Amino acid sequence: MNESLTNGAEGREFIAFRVGQQEFCVNIMAVREIRGWTAATALPQAPRYICGVINLRGAVLPIVDFAVRLGLPGSAPTARHVIIVTQIHNQQVGLLVDAVSDILTLNENAIQPTPDVASDLVKAFVRGLLPVDGRMISLISLDHILPLEERQAA
Amino acid sequence: MIKTILTVDDSRTMRDMLRLSLVEAGFRVVQAEDGVHGLEVLRDETPDVIVTDINMPRMDGFGFIEAVRRDVTWRSTPVLVLTTEVDAEKKSRAKAAGATGWIVKPFDPVKLVDVIRRVAA
Amino acid sequence: MDPMAAIRETFFQECEEQLCELESGLMRMEGGETDQETVNAVFRAVHSIKGGAGAFGLEDLVRFAHVFETALDRVRSGKLEASANAMRLLLRASDALADQVRCARDGATPDEAQTTSLAAALKALTNGDATEQSDPAEDDGLGDLTFLPLPVPVEDETLQTGGWVIKFRPFADLYANANEAALLLREVSMLGPVRVTVDRSALPDFAELDPEGAYLAWTIALHAECDEQAIRSAFEFVEDDCELVISRASDQSDRLNLPQPDAEVAGGGTAETIPTPDPVTAANVTANSGMPSDADVLAMIRKAQQSVSSSDREQPGAIAGGAQNPSPPAVRSRQDAAPGTDGAPSKNDTGSAVGATIRVDLDRVDRLIDLVGELVINEAMLTQRVMEAGLARASGVAAALDELEHLTREIQDSVMAIRAQPVRSVFQRMPRLVREVAAMTGKQVRLLTDGEGTEVDKTVIERIADPLTHMIRNAIDHGLESTDARLAAGKPEEGVVRLTALHRSGRIVIEVADDGAGINRERVKAKAIEKGLVAPEAQLSDEETDNLIFLPGFSTASEVSDISGRGVGMDVVRRSVQSLGGRISIASRPGAGSTFTLSLPLTLAVLDGMVVSVAGHTLIVPLSAIIETLQPQAANVHTLGTDVRVVAMRGRYIPLVDVGMALGYSEVPLEADKSVALLVEGEGGIRAVLIVDAIQGQRQVVIKSLEANYRAVPGIAAATVMGDGRVALILDVDAIVSVTRTELIRGDALRAEPTLLQAS
Repeated sequence: MNESLTNGAEGREFIAFRVGQQEFCVNIMAVREIRGWTAATALPQAPRYICGVINLRGAVLPIVDFAVRLGLPGSAPTARHVIIVTQIHNQQVGLLVDAVSDILTLNENAIQPTPDVASDLVKAFVRGLLPVDGRMISLISLDHILPLEERQAA
Repeated sequence: MIKTILTVDDSRTMRDMLRLSLVEAGFRVVQAEDGVHGLEVLRDETPDVIVTDINMPRMDGFGFIEAVRRDVTWRSTPVLVLTTEVDAEKKSRAKAAGATGWIVKPFDPVKLVDVIRRVAA
Repeated sequence: MDPMAAIRETFFQECEEQLCELESGLMRMEGGETDQETVNAVFRAVHSIKGGAGAFGLEDLVRFAHVFETALDRVRSGKLEASANAMRLLLRASDALADQVRCARDGATPDEAQTTSLAAALKALTNGDATEQSDPAEDDGLGDLTFLPLPVPVEDETLQTGGWVIKFRPFADLYANANEAALLLREVSMLGPVRVTVDRSALPDFAELDPEGAYLAWTIALHAECDEQAIRSAFEFVEDDCELVISRASDQSDRLNLPQPDAEVAGGGTAETIPTPDPVTAANVTANSGMPSDADVLAMIRKAQQSVSSSDREQPGAIAGGAQNPSPPAVRSRQDAAPGTDGAPSKNDTGSAVGATIRVDLDRVDRLIDLVGELVINEAMLTQRVMEAGLARASGVAAALDELEHLTREIQDSVMAIRAQPVRSVFQRMPRLVREVAAMTGKQVRLLTDGEGTEVDKTVIERIADPLTHMIRNAIDHGLESTDARLAAGKPEEGVVRLTALHRSGRIVIEVADDGAGINRERVKAKAIEKGLVAPEAQLSDEETDNLIFLPGFSTASEVSDISGRGVGMDVVRRSVQSLGGRISIASRPGAGSTFTLSLPLTLAVLDGMVVSVAGHTLIVPLSAIIETLQPQAANVHTLGTDVRVVAMRGRYIPLVDVGMALGYSEVPLEADKSVALLVEGEGGIRAVLIVDAIQGQRQVVIKSLEANYRAVPGIAAATVMGDGRVALILDVDAIVSVTRTELIRGDALRAEPTLLQAS
């Protein structure tokens, strides 16, 4: 399912995933692995979008419910949910999403700016929009996913 | 044929330096950490030249040279004393023990190799 | 790394070892062990530092080490008595040497005034002990490097034509020390073309010939524009073992006999070729006992030329490849010389031949520890699965699993042991500290140490140095009385601080004991009341009073002393000890002194924990914090105000913490009599009763960081992975307990508002 949008050699690969009715993508370079949902251990005092932590081969990996992070209604995770393990600076963070939908090769030029009408929350995470086959895919910036980063930015 | 040099010195720094200088000059180097160890090494090795420090634990350089010279196997093997001591007494004690010559520390790698070459057949 | 930089690093590492050796040796001497071995070791340490420093051109260090070494040499040779005064000075010099080494390493500037005054004191000590004059070469560490004989003045300008005649007659000693006449001749021939004549007149009849005797003499005519010193230096090693006469080629006949650079007589060689006698030929001459003809000499020179000029193009090690059997000692019993032996790899081919230790990058060890942690978890998971599947009873699986568990634990212990190191490295820093603090306070102190070989994880060692330093300072500054007060109390003038390490029930215990006045409980209590730390009417046991000194903001010294640190109190020590999973306590006897006892886990990688259930979550409570577990009775639980509960225990009221509520896991308070309670002690000795749903058991857990991928979580110290592969959190008892005193009174302080963290 590799749909190429670009002709140029500058194409980069992105992992596209679905949360509710919306589609998002992240740079494949930031993705370490994709794995099924396993029960997380809840953390006290965590923001609502932190599902908790899981054991990733001996490391403690925090899981961010991506929908809740964006202010969308969350859903109880099931075995069908997917965790995208991403590398954000020197930390690894799991993103809980509904499903991985695609691997895209895109030219940076194809990225359109996020319209001003979007909420601050959305603007904090969405770097731009990509039209692909009539679908709209939001390109995600992972920098502000974790609360610590966010507090600095706020 | 590549010549083998046995160096006997309790200082790791000095051993490393000797090794570096001598290996760079094309010698094969075997090392010991004091006189007793030096004699142990001589059971398995036949160095062409021995370079030894004087101040060492267990068996000092004087004792080591004497022991080396007592063994007919090593009678004609040049033994150089590596030492910072300059006073005549130390030199003459080393010579009395059977030292062939000496190298004054801090040694210069070029001079070290030169002295070894001077005494090596 | 550049090899010299690597050696430099080795040098400084080695310096640290030598400095330790030096200090401990000097201290043994101070204690009366002035045996030769100790004194030699001390001397060698300084000598070694000096030697290495010279090689790296660290001249300041060489200079000071030299003065120090000279003084030690006097002690070694018995010319200087190791009096108490002398030892004090030598110890101070060892401190200064340590400073200088570190300055040299870090490129910092040493305290010159200190160095100069100590060097002067050492010199005075060295010179003042006896009537003997000091060696002028010892005035300066570099003096020995400039010791060269003066060049012999040339008397007659007309002789400056570069001609020398050298008469050389070796004694038997020359050969006995493995010097070779032939090699010396070769050395001379390096200076210029030579003409060598053998004098065999001293050669006896064959029957009388001593195979190790010296019967030959040589006359060498050298054509070279060098000074006499250059020739003498070729004979440097044999000066006393031969008759050596060096003179200018003075008359015409000598002149004519000089080999000319371009002359045929030099064997057709050019100025660059270096004629030299061949040792083998020289030996043959001896054996034949025939008169060498000019043709013989010529042949000898030719042969030598070939060997030298060909070897010059080769490795230095290959020089004189044809001269395997250098002359006079005709008896050669060396068996070796078999080709191949020399090139064979040697068993002793490394510098680490003696010590059975290897140096390993710490990262590798840590990686191994991580993996073993994984193994432990996997083993637990496997056991759990097998049990769940009901396989254990059906076969020998249970026994096999037990074996596996046993092995896994053993591997874990062994791997942890790799990181274990004796506390010696920290203990060794203390004598100096004691000297300094003693000097600053004007007290006389003796430090006694015991158990330096006690091993503990490297990380623990690194982190106990600071608290220990502080405790020792405190023991001298506050614990020990002034000299006058001690004398008045009928105690010896010299106070004693005892530093002990030992293993006790899987932990390391370190004690710092002083024989001072003990805690002044009146004063401590008054201070605590003054600072509002305890209520004036509070009834405190002696133990509780003593432990007040650990409260934040408490400092017993009426003024903040320079020594015990800038207002840093024992509370800081306690906190740093607790952050290592350790505890500190004090026992004091008035008039007899105080003992601080530090108890620490042997490693920071694993922790003994109690596994508890809290509102459906599994938590680990560090065993080190738990004093006891109990079943609270409803009757003993009292409510203060709206939601603060206390438990009456042995006549005292202890705050009760509902862990589930405190962490925000549950909204409804747990009924005390339906829970299990843990009496815990946190920072500052504050006790609390934690209530949880149930206790699952005890186990050792591998500590995993939450910060690595997330951030610190209030109330949680770290995480671990349980047998089912899930993450369990380790409770931060200190945080939970301290909350009982302040924030918890306001209710749900730990349940910070998520909105705080929400994006705005």
